[in-house]
Amino acid sequence: MKRHLISAKDLTRDDALLVLDTAEELARVSGRSVKKLPTLRGLTVVNLFFEDSTRTRISFEAAAKRLSADVINFSAKGSSVSKGESLKDTALTLEAMGADAVVIRHGASGAPYRLADWINGNVINAGDGTHEHPTQALLDAYTMRRHLGSLDGRKITIVGDVLHSRVARSNVLLLSTLGAEVTLVAPPTLLPVSVGTWPCKVSYDLDSVLAKSDAVMMLRVQRERMNAAYFPTVREYSRRYGLSAERYSHLPEHAIVMHPGPMNRGVEIAAEVADSARSTIVEQVGNGVSVRMAVLYLLLGGAQPAIGADK
Amino acid sequence: MTAAQSQDAPYKAVLEAPEIRRALTRIAHEILERTKGGSDVVLLGIQTRGVNLARMLAERFHEVEGLDIPCGSLDVTMYRDDLRMKPARALTKTELPAEGIDDKTVVLVDDVLYSGRTIRAALDALNDLGRPRAVQLAVLVDRGHRELPIRADYVGKNLPTSSQETVRVLLHDVDGRDAVLLGPKGDGK
Repeated sequence: MKRHLISAKDLTRDDALLVLDTAEELARVSGRSVKKLPTLRGLTVVNLFFEDSTRTRISFEAAAKRLSADVINFSAKGSSVSKGESLKDTALTLEAMGADAVVIRHGASGAPYRLADWINGNVINAGDGTHEHPTQALLDAYTMRRHLGSLDGRKITIVGDVLHSRVARSNVLLLSTLGAEVTLVAPPTLLPVSVGTWPCKVSYDLDSVLAKSDAVMMLRVQRERMNAAYFPTVREYSRRYGLSAERYSHLPEHAIVMHPGPMNRGVEIAAEVADSARSTIVEQVGNGVSVRMAVLYLLLGGAQPAIGADK
Repeated sequence: MTAAQSQDAPYKAVLEAPEIRRALTRIAHEILERTKGGSDVVLLGIQTRGVNLARMLAERFHEVEGLDIPCGSLDVTMYRDDLRMKPARALTKTELPAEGIDDKTVVLVDDVLYSGRTIRAALDALNDLGRPRAVQLAVLVDRGHRELPIRADYVGKNLPTSSQETVRVLLHDVDGRDAVLLGPKGDGK
């Protein structure tokens, strides 16, 4: 039996709650002087990164090492991939080296699905193209749960480049599974055509949504999009969809501000908002390690995985 | 006969509530004697029923000597050697008392001592959590069949069993009733 975590859809409500509860317990390990558990001793986790992402890679690496797994980092840059080796051949090489799990980041949506067909180990999606990033959604849900308690009926607003955001897609799927009401706010040009089929609401007016939000997640505006006619100017985007200090003051008292990082200060989020007491941006990074430990443990720790969809 | 009792039909009660109470009182006295008054003792219950037993023991200390012994819980799941034989299981809480365990006499508390593998895992977990001055083991039932060189310091009842049998410990806080039941293997939890 091999199971994977490729999409936030792979998780039932019970699965998701199990991951969050497990992460809660594992977070205590990070507070100890010996930050290590022997659970995955002897297993090998490969971080297969075709796109640069230091933050996600380090987070997975720390998680695997805290569970005593051996970690192999594979970066496509400077490897045989740049000499033209295919994903399949890379996968088979890793398989032959005895990888028990592969954490994959790839620029092409769907690459983890293909990988899951080729290898015997568990596949964990660490971001594929504009498709999904399920562990990011789990760590966001974990952060929200810590601040807000149960997510049932909570109103979560996700603002920005939804079209290119795997974080937004995974979050919408996971948060709706957990019972939250998600509203996406973005310029029409930055919403996918299929957004009508997603389990969420859509709005073009940030101010009308903010006052009713329990959490606001700002998405990163990528530099290459700024000149690609998705919106007229950076200044206009920032004025209509940026979280300024003035907008921040309209949020309810208990609401938190989130960002998956890395931020463009002054574009999607004002510097003083990013540094405010209700910003969870730095905390999200720490929570990422606990959540990824939970996912690795639940997929690899037992005879059969405790979460994830059959493939 | 209540519904709970009729479910236990193939089971025979070997200890009932008053006997469990007496056993815990005796263990509390023995701990006081062995540790010369119980100063620097920390009780750590092994999840799940060990935690309730540790709490019950702490109550006994309070009743007998007016002593408040710090009490915590230990989940050994991540340290088990049989993890890869079963599906990954959910974790429960590990909570050390505020005093910590460094330089204390830690008394591990569990319901049933069987193969000894749980205690082995608990000793490994303790290693990562701090450095106790000494570690002792208190169990409600020792049913034999040890697979590791581990022995309890305080035993509520020695219960010679066959490996074809199961020992179930029921505690009031979890199961609504205090009892130790002996029954056929594979029947029940």
